[in-house]
Amino acid sequence: MQSLEAVLNHPAIWRGNGCARVAIPSVSTGFPELDAALPGGGWPAAVLTEIYAAHRGIGEMQIFMPAAARLTRAGRRVMLIAPPYIPYAPALAAHGLKLPHLMLVRAERIEERFWACEQALRHQDCGAVLAWIDHAPERALKRLQLAAETGNAIALLFRSARVIPASPAALRLQIERSQDRTLVRVLKRRGSGLPAPIALDLQNSPSVPAGQPRQLEMMS
Amino acid sequence: MLWLALRFPLLPLEIFTRGAAMPDPLAVVSSSSANAEIVACNQQARRHGIDAGMPVTAAWALASGLRVFTHDVPAERAALERAAAWALQFTPTVSIATPIEILLEVEGSLRFFGGLNRLWADIKRKTGVTGYTVHMAGAPTPLAAQLFARAGLPTRIRHGDALRLSLGQLPTSVLELPAALGGLLQDIGIRTLGECLELPRDGLARRAGKELLAQLDRALGNVPDPRPAFMPPQTFKATLPLPAPVENAEMLLFAARRLIAELCGLLAATGKGAQQLKFLLSHEDGRETHLPLNLVTASRDPAHLTSVLRERLERTRLPSPAIAMTLESGMLLPLPSGNLTFLPDEREQTEALSRLIERLRARLGENAVQGLDVIADHRPERAWRACEPGNGEGTWITWRSATRPLWLLNTPRPLAQIHEIPQYEGPLTRLTAAERIESGWWDGDDVKREYFVARNPAQSLLWIYRESGGWYLHGFFS
Repeated sequence: MQSLEAVLNHPAIWRGNGCARVAIPSVSTGFPELDAALPGGGWPAAVLTEIYAAHRGIGEMQIFMPAAARLTRAGRRVMLIAPPYIPYAPALAAHGLKLPHLMLVRAERIEERFWACEQALRHQDCGAVLAWIDHAPERALKRLQLAAETGNAIALLFRSARVIPASPAALRLQIERSQDRTLVRVLKRRGSGLPAPIALDLQNSPSVPAGQPRQLEMMS
Repeated sequence: MLWLALRFPLLPLEIFTRGAAMPDPLAVVSSSSANAEIVACNQQARRHGIDAGMPVTAAWALASGLRVFTHDVPAERAALERAAAWALQFTPTVSIATPIEILLEVEGSLRFFGGLNRLWADIKRKTGVTGYTVHMAGAPTPLAAQLFARAGLPTRIRHGDALRLSLGQLPTSVLELPAALGGLLQDIGIRTLGECLELPRDGLARRAGKELLAQLDRALGNVPDPRPAFMPPQTFKATLPLPAPVENAEMLLFAARRLIAELCGLLAATGKGAQQLKFLLSHEDGRETHLPLNLVTASRDPAHLTSVLRERLERTRLPSPAIAMTLESGMLLPLPSGNLTFLPDEREQTEALSRLIERLRARLGENAVQGLDVIADHRPERAWRACEPGNGEGTWITWRSATRPLWLLNTPRPLAQIHEIPQYEGPLTRLTAAERIESGWWDGDDVKREYFVARNPAQSLLWIYRESGGWYLHGFFS
């Protein structure tokens, strides 16, 4: 027989008593202060996470780079679906990502992007699926959430809406920038209460010397 | 020895009609002339009283809605050869018995397939997928198996003693004797093979010729009956006519499944996989649609091939309805059998990944799925390239200590200037000293730029450069 604890630890079970006790398979973000605010202590796998950033260039991608580096180094795929610009290989490599484990998928139409996400999420050796879809109907998001639950990948949806719509995503973050720091605001998470915005100092990240990314020591 | 005879009684008709489900009465006629005879017809036509051997004019009188196809012997022969190649997945010993039968020697395969009952059911199910009607029978001699199949009896006899008894009950018509000889037997009151066997041998030989006795001896196994072994072809090509013009992807897939099943049977038989496939759709107006499928790794999984084709079809707009479909394989590649391991291993993972890539490519286009690589070039737009997923990281450059953004713009965007200060949603503040990049004079694509990291009032970090007096945005530190 399964113990009650094991049953309650199932990621599909939501408990309203605080976030620290939820055991969700996750990958550390590489930022201890951010890990502390996320249920499961990192980027949660098998649920849909939304990241809202009103502007480009405020660190909205960098907050995922340590986890992406860790995943690709562990031999898992990171898929980039319909990125808005060219994901710049030298910078990705400088952040410690193993390029052979990156995969870029271009899709023009919204429904093709969602379809590609679903295909990737249902695939067992995808570690993370990052997608850029701005105008997402709620039904499509629900489907994506279901697809995320069937696999064990981190599912990140990057959106740039200034007014934040309703969404079935389990984790929703808003990225802002103030005083040269990247602020991560948790809009929704499983668990009670919402933490104060987390300020991350990414200032060094762009000028990481090549070949020795800052996050690598932390990870190994 | 255990021989299975597979007889395809409707083969002349089904080579035309198996591409779609057809409710009409259908028949194949011996020629296009008016005094042609019916060669084969389907159940619906039979219900109207039509049968093989009947003049086509009489058949028209019985069923005015009868659709006829002209007998195509070469196509029939090709179809039978494909069936033989497909059957090699069950046993290495397959033989063609024209015009509409193939023989499988399966004694050695029984253990592998889990006994005769399972093998029988497996063959039945798989012929269903190829779209052919089959009559099967099993016997210790090839001819006896054929005779039972011709009688339409699903007989399975493993031993010689039972063979003589069962054979004796078959009508003499299964021997497919020349008309004169058949008439002779009828005249002397011989109806079954059993009655034939009871006649004195020398008398029968004198009156009916040696051929009849020889056939009976071969069927009983009294004389050897060697059969030529079928050799599988090196590539696969098959055309499937569509009885009614088809535009709908689902109906095209129905037809394609038939061809894919035949191909995969051959692949399983030869231990090979296909990597390049060509589907060709012929249209009413003479045009053709080519649908090449290039797989990342060779495969012989019908479900996978079908799903790749499905995505491809959904992306394709047909100019007009299709009337025929051709499947052609490129070189068949050796594909090791995958069921020898208990644990999911490396190979299985890469195989699963290549399937994902194929599915994505089939729907989104060949260039839609890529990997990324770095290149040793000072020019930022040339320091990366797209490559096959899984490749990449060929040359990593260690001299680079400069800052690089995660997003690079496809083409640098010119920035407006106010009092010589570049603007992007407000004035930009430069945060770093200039990084000079001067390169490319040797290939005519030379750049002379000064790069800076800059910040705008919304605190976005941008990668900008100055070149001959103008300012450009080249990336975001996202």
